[in-house]
Amino acid sequence: MTQLALVIDLNVCVGCHACVTSCKQWNTSGSAGPMSDDRPYGKDPTGTFFNRVQTFEVGSFPKTETVHFPKSCLHCEDPPCVPVCPTGASYKRKEDGIVLVDYDKCIGCKYCSWACPYGAREIDEHQKVMKKCTLCVDRIYDQKLPEAERKPACVLACPTSARLFGDVHDPDSMVSVAIREEGGYPLMPEWGTQPSNHYLPRRKTKMHIHEDELVRVDNPLAKEQFKVPDSDDPFLEDASSW
Amino acid sequence: MSESRTEVKNTTCYMCACRCGIRVTLKEGEVRYIQGNPDHPLNKGVICAKGSSGIMKQYSPARITKPLLRRPGSHRGDAEFQEISWDEAFTLMAERLGHLRQTDPKKFALFTGRDQMQALTGMFARQFGTPNYAAHGGFCSVNMAAGMIYTIGGSFWEFGGPDLERARLFIMIGTAEDHHSNPLKIALSQFKRNGGRFISINPVRTGYSAIADDWIPIKPGTDGALLLALIHETINTGLYDREFLTQYSNAAQLVNVNTKDDDYGLFIRTYEEGDEGKVHPQDQLWWDRLNNQAVRTHTKGADPFLLGEFTLEDGTLVKPAFQMLVDQVKDYTPEWAANITGIPAERIRTLAHEMGIVARDEKIELPIAWTDVWGNEHAAVTGNPVAFHAMRGLAAHSNGFQTIRALAILMSILGTIDRPGGFRHKAPFPRPIPPCPKTPNGPQGVKANEPLGGMPLGWPADPNDLFVDGKGEPIRIDKAFSWEYPLSVHGLMHNAITNAWRGDPYPIDTLMIFMANMAWNSSMNTEQVRQMLNDKDEQGEYKIPFLIVCDAFQSEMVAYADLVLPDTTYLERHDVMSMLDRPISEFDGPVDSVRIPVVPPTGQCKPFQEVLIELGTRLKLPAFVTKEGRRKYRDYPDFIVNFETEPGSGIGFLAGWRGKGGEKFMRGEPNPKQWEMYEKNNCVYQYHLPRSYQYMRNWNEGYLEWAQHHRLTRYTDPINIHIYSEVLQKFRLAAQGKYAGKQPPERLRKRIETYFDPLPFFYEPLEAQLSDKHQYPLSAVTQRPMAMYHSWDSQNAWLRQIHAHNYLYLSPELGRKGGFKDGDWVWVESMHGKVRCMCRFSEAVEPGTVWTWNAIGKAAGAWSLSAEANESQKGFLLNHVISEELPPHADGEHLSNSDPITGQAAWYDVRVKVYKAGPGEPQQTSPQFEPMRRMPGQSIKPKSWFGYVAGKRNKS
Amino acid sequence: MHPAFSVIFLTTLIGVGQGLFLGLFTAQYYSAFKLISVENAQGFYSGGSLVALLFLFGGLGASFFHLGHPERAWRAATQWRTSWLSREVIVLPAFIFIVFVYGALYYFGWDPNLTSANLPAGQLSFLVGVAGTVVCFALFLCTGMIYGCIKFLQEWHTPLTPLNYTLLGTASGFTLAAGFAASYAPELIRFFGELAVILTLVAAVFRIWALLRNFRIKHRSTLQTAIGVRHNQIVQKAQGAMGGSFNTREYFHGRSAAFLKSMKYLFLVLTFVIPVLLLVLAMSTGINSLLGLAFAVQYLGLIAERWFFFAQARHPQNLYYQTL
Ligand SMILES: Nc1nc2c(c(=O)[nH]1)N[C@H]1C(S)=C(S)[C@@H](COP(=O)(O)OP(=O)(O)OC[C@H]3O[C@@H](n4cnc5c(=O)[nH]c(N)nc54)[C@H](O)[C@@H]3O)O[C@H]1N2
Ligand SMILES: Nc1nc2c(c(=O)[nH]1)N[C@H]1C(S)=C(S)[C@@H](COP(=O)(O)OP(=O)(O)OC[C@H]3O[C@@H](n4cnc5c(=O)[nH]c(N)nc54)[C@H](O)[C@@H]3O)O[C@H]1N2
Ligand code: SF4
Ligand code: SF4
Ligand code: SF4
Ligand code: SF4
Ligand code: SF4
Ligand SMILES: [Mo]
Repeated sequence: MTQLALVIDLNVCVGCHACVTSCKQWNTSGSAGPMSDDRPYGKDPTGTFFNRVQTFEVGSFPKTETVHFPKSCLHCEDPPCVPVCPTGASYKRKEDGIVLVDYDKCIGCKYCSWACPYGAREIDEHQKVMKKCTLCVDRIYDQKLPEAERKPACVLACPTSARLFGDVHDPDSMVSVAIREEGGYPLMPEWGTQPSNHYLPRRKTKMHIHEDELVRVDNPLAKEQFKVPDSDDPFLEDASSW
Repeated sequence: MSESRTEVKNTTCYMCACRCGIRVTLKEGEVRYIQGNPDHPLNKGVICAKGSSGIMKQYSPARITKPLLRRPGSHRGDAEFQEISWDEAFTLMAERLGHLRQTDPKKFALFTGRDQMQALTGMFARQFGTPNYAAHGGFCSVNMAAGMIYTIGGSFWEFGGPDLERARLFIMIGTAEDHHSNPLKIALSQFKRNGGRFISINPVRTGYSAIADDWIPIKPGTDGALLLALIHETINTGLYDREFLTQYSNAAQLVNVNTKDDDYGLFIRTYEEGDEGKVHPQDQLWWDRLNNQAVRTHTKGADPFLLGEFTLEDGTLVKPAFQMLVDQVKDYTPEWAANITGIPAERIRTLAHEMGIVARDEKIELPIAWTDVWGNEHAAVTGNPVAFHAMRGLAAHSNGFQTIRALAILMSILGTIDRPGGFRHKAPFPRPIPPCPKTPNGPQGVKANEPLGGMPLGWPADPNDLFVDGKGEPIRIDKAFSWEYPLSVHGLMHNAITNAWRGDPYPIDTLMIFMANMAWNSSMNTEQVRQMLNDKDEQGEYKIPFLIVCDAFQSEMVAYADLVLPDTTYLERHDVMSMLDRPISEFDGPVDSVRIPVVPPTGQCKPFQEVLIELGTRLKLPAFVTKEGRRKYRDYPDFIVNFETEPGSGIGFLAGWRGKGGEKFMRGEPNPKQWEMYEKNNCVYQYHLPRSYQYMRNWNEGYLEWAQHHRLTRYTDPINIHIYSEVLQKFRLAAQGKYAGKQPPERLRKRIETYFDPLPFFYEPLEAQLSDKHQYPLSAVTQRPMAMYHSWDSQNAWLRQIHAHNYLYLSPELGRKGGFKDGDWVWVESMHGKVRCMCRFSEAVEPGTVWTWNAIGKAAGAWSLSAEANESQKGFLLNHVISEELPPHADGEHLSNSDPITGQAAWYDVRVKVYKAGPGEPQQTSPQFEPMRRMPGQSIKPKSWFGYVAGKRNKS
Repeated sequence: MHPAFSVIFLTTLIGVGQGLFLGLFTAQYYSAFKLISVENAQGFYSGGSLVALLFLFGGLGASFFHLGHPERAWRAATQWRTSWLSREVIVLPAFIFIVFVYGALYYFGWDPNLTSANLPAGQLSFLVGVAGTVVCFALFLCTGMIYGCIKFLQEWHTPLTPLNYTLLGTASGFTLAAGFAASYAPELIRFFGELAVILTLVAAVFRIWALLRNFRIKHRSTLQTAIGVRHNQIVQKAQGAMGGSFNTREYFHGRSAAFLKSMKYLFLVLTFVIPVLLLVLAMSTGINSLLGLAFAVQYLGLIAERWFFFAQARHPQNLYYQTL
């Protein structure tokens, strides 16, 4: 069984928001759109987004870490948002595990969003239906696109390639390898939702210096110490006559 | 997507200056999707937040679409306009400018902002004959360009960068986003994934710094001290690359240290047979340690001393330049720097050791044979894998030039210049130190009805290159290339308005501003600059009589225009990112690129390029008309194809597919099919140098000959690193009255003598020197948000949701002391002004620093935002507390708040205090301005909501 | 959570309707065993059913305001296997229907003898009443479980949630029944009044129990588990949307902690203390108008209670949306 998902590498995410707006532009004119915007040029502009990047500060100065944290629907393996939906509009696809909303069935009761602990669903205030990340279903299977581009818009956009896309059930997929080898973890594991999306933690490269690395025979300063004495300088010869 | 009406077109992004290749999908003529072009060498398919929001720029209600004339009787700033036709606009401009050109061309000034067509705008100014031209460089990062180009013949910024593919240790200093946005992000993540170690030196930890393995918070304006201490420690521990220094820099060259000599501090030169006629004879001396005597540099078999003091046969006392550097940094110990920078001495030491040890022990060897200019053959290219990158955190301080010199020297002593894993040049760099172009050097360069007698911007090599009159006073309106800022190689745009308003050095008549928001975020002292733009003399005439603004949006600046020229967007025009300007070259060779329209212009919008060509033709500027005075170019695309720098030179704006059939590059006859060829090739032309020409280019015989052959550089002489800067010493000598030729005015002698130190030194930023640091204990800086470009993007419905307003970020410690809480309204006050804003506590900022995102705050009503929009009510502009001039002091009354060497605007020098706003005060940003009106021609109405779907509008 | 008025009215109004129906049926049950007698049975039961229906329809109406697409509401009946909301959507109309039938039987006085045995009249209405009671409790369960089943809304995820929905609805229904009896069956005032007092007191006990439980609740999700970073000092600096988003609107009450606290005391006083006092006072003085007042106050209290019920629930998604 296939379970498509994103793996987000916090080790390289610089918080640029490329995944946020590339998602918006692809999806607003796509099958999951439009993604409406309210007060786009007024006070407190707000709109529907499938993906947001947040920033957290960890620790205190000077040992502060700044963590940029992108989040979209995690396509949970056991998605609590699905069974609660009274209309069947929310569903999880058998073939690839993508959790979707059928806009034609949705009554906009918002109940599924209450049942998502991650805040991954957003109601469209104008279309009045629940929306969320679709894993770009309308891209990833589109045979008209070149193979390399059959990936979610956010994945293609991400300048640091912090967003990996693939089948987390295939142990040999790039995403599974990354989860296994780089310490990938799910969010809020305490609820048993088994998010398919995983996050890769920060990893630090450190350097250790050994004392003796600072003293070396080939130290260039040694070359400067060698100085041919001036012939005017006193020599032993000048003082002895044996 | 309906197949029939879906098209995909390639062009180049311009949501920022990075210039990524993009693929635009259109649905029924409307932009559906903008993606990174996977076949583009720069961004390799990725795209950023701004680039992905191009749709909201294209269809923004802030767009202006008609030429407009200020309504008679209305005031500047009121934004009351009437529509006129393009023909009327051209007639108006041609008459006014024609008159100026015939009488006094310098009364016309052209200043441009973050544009990418300085080759054309600069050429237009030169053809017109005015010296008063500059682009954003002076208020942007000229310190970065000058500091490094005067040292290694190349620089960061758009001229070179870190080779992160091969580096093992990467040190990023004072960089938040930078111009090379996407490529840097691509490289940074690859570097980290390959196990490289990344250290960021920055008062603030956001963005790139967030993913650094180590963050070294530093007090703003003190990097010079850190870098000097690193040099000190690197030399003291012998962690420098001796071989690299002796061969490729002037470190071993002997300097005259007889204090009484007129050429004190200059290199000893010997003339030998064969030197005659050489423009740059290699006639300096080394002291050979094998034979203990002076020899000409690069004498075969010689090995020079880097340290010591020697006496030449004629009794002249000399020292190798490196010894001068050692003397200079003697007291710059890590302990000394710790006090200034706030970084513990031990950390400074280990930092130096890390760099030195990685550079020494992880040497890279590439099996690439190459030959240096002295004829030595090398079996391999080697490199020390320590890479640096730095930007405005260093540049935007008044001590930035010397700080950046120190950085370039540190990079050089570690042996990392144009070598794998270190710093790499991008064509057309490296260039000679300094590069060849020069401005006229006196008033004779400016004549009625004639092109300017030199370049409007150039690279002075000595005091005689300054652009000053007989009294040593400035000729340019911004006082660039004068004794006040001798190496102001990019001009001082930030002082142009103030100087013109004051009539100092003279009043001007017409100021033309292209793509620069001078009434807001790109001016210092914004509130007063707005008043100056609106100020009148006793006769009721505006002090700056005529103001032409070419913009694409309803920016704050447009409100002040007498004549508004509506520009196209980047999706609507042809553009050229030319080798004559700042191309998008890669490390391995030159690359240039173009824009090709993907949608037709909106309304009456006309590309500024077309405006210049039409205006140049009407004014009969020589480059735009035939000898008979007839139109030479149909339009801009035609101009690009057919223009040659000189008749038959074969050099034009585009380097690719030259020659009749497109078979040549760099040089060749015009090719009528050039645009089509670019279009077929993703809008870029890329040339890969042979591997053996890709490294060590300052000294690489093959490369230098190739570059000369293709007219990238004039000479094939080696470009030796200036550890010791003779150029600076010449200015210092002039100030001491010892240099034949131009002399500074008395009032500036001391200033020149102090700051033109041939070796880097640390001094407190000028503003700090002149302010009461007890009263203003904090430094205030700005950073670029990755998702916004200067002021452009507040009109962008998607991007403004990410940054609707900005906060002042500061250490919780300050709140505790000042009695205010996270989220409170506070005043941030400098000696020049104050701003009310909201604060947010942050643990990711050095406690002596406060910071905010740049240019998020907006004037009410501008950018088609409602008067209640967050940007003007909660957002704020730090520029109100930054001054364009220093307080009057011994060196002068109206000196620019800039680096005394380059005139670089000292944005990040400002000292402030922060205190809680009073309980009765409005919860609103201060200062506030009368809301700007919507203007005629803003055809798209801002809606209360929308759900954008491409192609919908055109469906009936 | 953001207390949506549509949901507040939906749950409180149908609660009253359900409670009132239970009151009617309790009276029928008692009278069937001759423990009490209702003089104007036809008027009382049919009128009572009508009032219950008014409340139920009021709640139903309010619920439509909660839906983005009420015209598709029928679809909500399809997922009864998994969704408590879907079950409620099925049970509520069923209950309404039963109440309607119940009232109609009385109104039309159509009460055939179903068995040959010599049982008293009213067998059919009694059976319908039994069915109504079962469905009524099912409805309480569904409504309560809509909230109670979401495990990470820990304030709600307890049997106390459906229990309190049941008790509060029943208590308020009985209070209303007492008031209603004043005009149609004054002989039942005491009967309903006393039961209302008892139910209100029992409801108070469980509601306070829930408050105490929630006071001591330990949230399982923390910022640490939310973003997967182990550190005891984590602070959000940016949410990625400065003008707010669905996530900042739907899950925050947007009021201060002090406001929340006063709301708590307000609902306790209005739902429990004052109604009990008024009921006792009314019964002891015979001033029947106080009965109506008792219901009015209790209903206000329930609105406050429901507001508080929502506001108090801390959704783990808020960890990602910590508004300044
Ligand atoms: N998204 C986006 N990209 C842009 C732009 C934009 O507006 N938006 N603008 C473009 C332009 S015109 C430019 S010039 C470049 C500029 O690119 P950057 O140079 O990256 O620009 P700044 O944001 O000014 O970053 C300055 C950094 O220096 C730090 N800093 C300030 N003072 C000091 C100091 O004394 N020492 C050290 N070590 N650090 C210091 C600040 O905290 C900040 O992180 O970006 C370009 N790219
Ligand atoms: N406080 C503070 N101030 C700063 C800085 C800082 O770090 N801190 N950084 C400085 C630096 S480095 C720079 S480079 C400047 C940037 O300053 P500017 O170059 O002035 O930058 P912008 O605000 O981006 O834009 C200029 C104008 O270009 C217009 N524009 C956008 N697209 C087009 C187009 O296609 N055609 C035309 N004709 N116009 C267009 C916009 O509407 C806007 O009015 O800001 C400087 N100001
Ligand atoms: S695009 Fe990539 S780097 Fe940028 S915020 Fe999203 S995940 Fe992070
Ligand atoms: S993240 Fe939320 S919306 Fe997505 S599948 Fe999981 S529970 Fe459902
Ligand atoms: S909002 Fe739509 S998708 Fe969500 S539970 Fe209700 S009907 Fe289902
Ligand atoms: S996968 Fe597609 S829908 Fe989901 S966040 Fe990425 S771009 Fe948006
Ligand atoms: S980095 Fe600049 S040029 Fe590249 S996609 Fe982003 S906005 Fe466009
Ligand atoms: Mo800049």
